[in-house]
Amino acid sequence: MKKLFLIGLKDVRLAFRDRAALILMLLAPFLLTLGLGFVTGRFSGGSSSGISHIPVALVNQDGKQIGNALVELFQSKDLDELIDPTVYNDTSSAYKLVDDNQAVAVIVIPIGFTDSIIPPKGQTTTSAPVQIELYSNPTAPTSVGVVKTILDEFLSQVEVGRVGGEVAVTQLVSSGRINIQDAQTVALSMGFSQANAASQSTSITLRNVTPSGEAVKFDVLALLAPSMALMFLMYTVSYGGRTLLSERNSGTLPRLLVSPTSPVQVLGGKMIGIFLTGAAQMFILIEGTTVLFQLQWGDPLAVTALVLAAVFGAVGWGMLITAVAKTPGQVNAIGSAIMLTFGILGGSFINMNNMPVWFRYVTKITPNAWGMDGFNTLALGGGLHDILTPVLALLAMGLVLFGIAVILFNRRGLIEK
Amino acid sequence: MNTILEVKDLKKSYGEFAAVKGISFQIQEGEIFSLLGPNGAGKTTTISMLSTLFAPTGGDATIGGHSVTKEPMAVRNLIGVVPQELALYDDLSARENLVFWGQMYGLSGRSLKTRVDEVLEQIGLTDKAKNRVKTYSGGMKRRVNIGVGLLHKPRVLFMDEPTVGIDPQSRRAILDSVKSLNQQGMTVLYTTHYMEEAEELSDRVGIIDHGELIALGSQAELNRQVGENDTLILHIDESQNGEALAVAVRKIRSVLKADITDHTVAVIAPEAEEIMAPVITKANELGIKIRSVDIQEPNLEAVFLSLTGRALRD
Repeated sequence: MKKLFLIGLKDVRLAFRDRAALILMLLAPFLLTLGLGFVTGRFSGGSSSGISHIPVALVNQDGKQIGNALVELFQSKDLDELIDPTVYNDTSSAYKLVDDNQAVAVIVIPIGFTDSIIPPKGQTTTSAPVQIELYSNPTAPTSVGVVKTILDEFLSQVEVGRVGGEVAVTQLVSSGRINIQDAQTVALSMGFSQANAASQSTSITLRNVTPSGEAVKFDVLALLAPSMALMFLMYTVSYGGRTLLSERNSGTLPRLLVSPTSPVQVLGGKMIGIFLTGAAQMFILIEGTTVLFQLQWGDPLAVTALVLAAVFGAVGWGMLITAVAKTPGQVNAIGSAIMLTFGILGGSFINMNNMPVWFRYVTKITPNAWGMDGFNTLALGGGLHDILTPVLALLAMGLVLFGIAVILFNRRGLIEK
Repeated sequence: MNTILEVKDLKKSYGEFAAVKGISFQIQEGEIFSLLGPNGAGKTTTISMLSTLFAPTGGDATIGGHSVTKEPMAVRNLIGVVPQELALYDDLSARENLVFWGQMYGLSGRSLKTRVDEVLEQIGLTDKAKNRVKTYSGGMKRRVNIGVGLLHKPRVLFMDEPTVGIDPQSRRAILDSVKSLNQQGMTVLYTTHYMEEAEELSDRVGIIDHGELIALGSQAELNRQVGENDTLILHIDESQNGEALAVAVRKIRSVLKADITDHTVAVIAPEAEEIMAPVITKANELGIKIRSVDIQEPNLEAVFLSLTGRALRD
């Protein structure tokens, strides 16, 4: 066991003496995070806490229960740090605010919105469906995304309530518990209660993470920093794997194998080296972004557990790439391709929430996707128990991939004989 | 003396290609034994099998009574290996390299530090021990490469062509260090394609060619295989018909053997000076222009030439 750590520590030392590797391991993710932070407006406006007080214009042409509930949601206390709503009567003034970059979005609640969901008084059916309009500023995609998420959540709850209400009323009538004449009254009552429920809840829950009860603010860097760190973690693990093949070529691996060191010890030592290097990289990036950008990563214990699990999962991929490749050049090529592919699949560049469900399942082969799940949860105030699934998935991923790599190494041998 | 290393019918094949074709020899404790042969003869493959890096496809070898195939770990504790190519971490210093490799051989604590200091002294790099290896000259790197093989005081040291590609001064230093190590009691298996090195260092020499051990013995014993004969070496131009010259020279009385390799005709005779004139006459008759002539007295080069018909450097 001691030799495993000695080999691993030697590899960490070598990795941190390789300037080119250091640039890609630490500087590149840091600069990309910084650059994307500027692009998304994280560093503009003098706010150190990221996105907050998003100016939104609301035009409530509906004026009934559900339309009013939506306006109340945007004006609620829970969202007052995040959203800065203003209610307008005419759409043209509201649109002009967006055109003049004074608001990121206009939400127009059309006439008949409530009636399209709840049958109007004296009628048994709802009126023709109408659509809520979101007029957005394309230069602020992240802020618009936040607004859209809140709106989607509200509409989703209203829709669930409407369908549930229909089913409930139909069953009550068919079971004879209410008369057909009373059905409309019951449906109206359920609709009102649903509208109120929707206005009082949203999935954008702001949870407390500090003992003083300070609310966590939505920070775009909380998405960018881990996604970049995870993407470049894949570089680090493929770099680590490449050193095994480089050592084969440079003669140090054969030299190790003629010392009283078994191939299992060499392979295990290499894995520990890659793991320690990856973990060091992640912790340096986390510490760096915390100090320089005041980024809140969340509960330190949970962050540590998630980092170690993510590195373990990524090391599995690194070892597999090494077992498949025959030369350091091949590891470079495969590693770079995987780094970018996993970066995309893991959500480093595009929002996976807009992708089909099957595609989101595919992303789960990457440590990036599981890692992002965990980091997002922690950034929103989650604890260790909230990230058990990603942590266990990452550990299982690492174990399975390392097992496959060992089988491949056994077949081929650490060096060609 | 005890036999410390015994090789029995050792073979290594890569598919159809037989790199080592069943060689057998013994090395006595305290001996310097050289495997002499041209590039591609099978020297490195033999050392790789003896050092347990490659498994033989046939035969076996024992070192200190331990089989290289059945007890590789026991063998590895007894041997030190100085590979032909530098096998060091360029981004570590000489000291860091020695410490790491010492740890791989089970050294630790005070004994590791003491041993690293001794080896640095031995290879003359105490002053530059903290510099990274990548800043060293080729000769200095070679010395560290050797130092790594000595750290754990192995009973048998394998040195695979340790002087390839280095300057004469460093080469001299390495040859002297081999002799010094041997005087301290270390058994050395040394491979080379330089006849002079084998002659200078070895108690016994095995000549290897195309994976076969074609001669084995002390230098005197091997020289006797070509008797007291001289070798006349004729260098001719590429365009000349060397084969015709060799055939013509064989007809000269007192010529024992004449072979052509590339553009060199090697003629073996009891007295080279006596046959020089008739050889040149034959060349003139055939219209063959001789660029230069060397006379070689009995040595390992001549032995190799006599056994294979080829010069060792080929």
